[in-house]
Amino acid sequence: MKQDGIAIKGTRQGLLITLGEGPWEAQVDALARRLEKGVAFFRGGRAALDVGPRPLDEARIRQVQDLLARYEVDLWAVQSTADATILAAVRLGLSPILGPEEAVGGGEPQRNGEESPASAASGLVVERTVRSGQRIEHPGDIIVIGDVHAGAEIIAGRHVVVWGKLHGVVHAGALGDESAVVCALDLAPTQLRIADHIARTPEERRRRPVPEMARVHKGRIEAVPWPHR
Amino acid sequence: MSARVVTITSGKGGVGKTTVTANLGVALAMRGQRVVTIDADIGLRNLDVMLGLENRIVYDLVDVVEGRCRLRQALVRDKRLQELYLLPAAQTRDKSAVRAEDMVRICNELRESFDFLLVDSPAGIEQGFRNAVAPADEVLIVTNPEVAAVRDADRVIGLIEAEGKGPARLIINRLKPELVRRGDMLDTSAVIELLAIDLIGIIPEDEAVIMAANTGRPVAFTDNSPAGRAFHHIARRLMGEEVPFAPLKEPGLLERLFRWMRAEGEE
Repeated sequence: MKQDGIAIKGTRQGLLITLGEGPWEAQVDALARRLEKGVAFFRGGRAALDVGPRPLDEARIRQVQDLLARYEVDLWAVQSTADATILAAVRLGLSPILGPEEAVGGGEPQRNGEESPASAASGLVVERTVRSGQRIEHPGDIIVIGDVHAGAEIIAGRHVVVWGKLHGVVHAGALGDESAVVCALDLAPTQLRIADHIARTPEERRRRPVPEMARVHKGRIEAVPWPHR
Repeated sequence: MSARVVTITSGKGGVGKTTVTANLGVALAMRGQRVVTIDADIGLRNLDVMLGLENRIVYDLVDVVEGRCRLRQALVRDKRLQELYLLPAAQTRDKSAVRAEDMVRICNELRESFDFLLVDSPAGIEQGFRNAVAPADEVLIVTNPEVAAVRDADRVIGLIEAEGKGPARLIINRLKPELVRRGDMLDTSAVIELLAIDLIGIIPEDEAVIMAANTGRPVAFTDNSPAGRAFHHIARRLMGEEVPFAPLKEPGLLERLFRWMRAEGEE
């Protein structure tokens, strides 16, 4: 992952996007690139924006709000230590969050520009059957203990592990992480994506499913039985 | 004594929700239960036709909601069974005429005087579906043994689980043993494996059902059709009886298949 200074982590209230230090326009551009890379991941989500000590006016906050809106992300809160920024956010009807200590969701905010979004977020464990029409997204790892039915979508910033059948659509490394993997006891997704790569399960049905792991190898997705022979 | 509210839904249209509702209503009433079948498909009502009660409707569900009549006045008593009633849908309105709270209130008002309230849900997952599910104590999902219907059923099962109305139970309708035997139709075990919920009944494909729908006399009234017997089995299971399922798969021989269809075809 490139070191653009932006950290994205999942919280109970949605995503927390933390801008790094450096010129404002550069950070907004970097955020735009992140959004472009993870279109599927961001779509339909809500986010809080942490801008640190920057004093921002309404126009600049609106600039980010509009950018996020283009990717169907709803900006609901702004976090800052600068009073001017907080006031501008309130005037725009956004929820203000003062200071870095009471970070959204209770965790400490990620200010470290070197962190990839993967390590900036912990795992999400889903203990149920994920059914058609249900969509689970999380910036870190997703672990499903149960089956993922056809028509369901699992979208993770990093790895996806399914302890059961995986028949839906799965996207690992959805923020652009090519090192992400997908593991399942029965790996037969409708479509499997890792970062920008897309693969489909071969049409012929396997008689007896074996646990498999899919990863990007030499520029394409390949699935290998687990354990390796 | 308080009634159980059982909602019959499916996601996909045309899989047999209304047929199931009408026949379960008949089968339960024949077994001494006091039953109201409620048509929640506002604007596209059918349940009255299947029960042969269309020409007895004076008031409907929307009239009750909008206060033009008392709930009791809108109930249509079946012409054959003393303890079977229909609360008809309005044909001239649409789903927005009723809210989820209205359905809950109406069902609560009926609970005291009946044993079962069967709510016939419209297809889809929009307001009409939500209205039908809101008052439910339990939900029956109807599906056909085909991939599209099963996929929609899965979607609906997920929504019902999210509403805290689960676990839903499954009715597989229009199973054709002959096609299953040839491997041209999803068999019962495949459907159950795909959906991972409990089965409450299997209705075989039966011409008698189509004829019954046209004459307003549901097949559950008589004992001489495989589908009619299957509906009685489901009714008994709803009443808490253990009714064993017949073998789900039968090996090759045509003669054995015919005998099985005749003897236990309802399963």
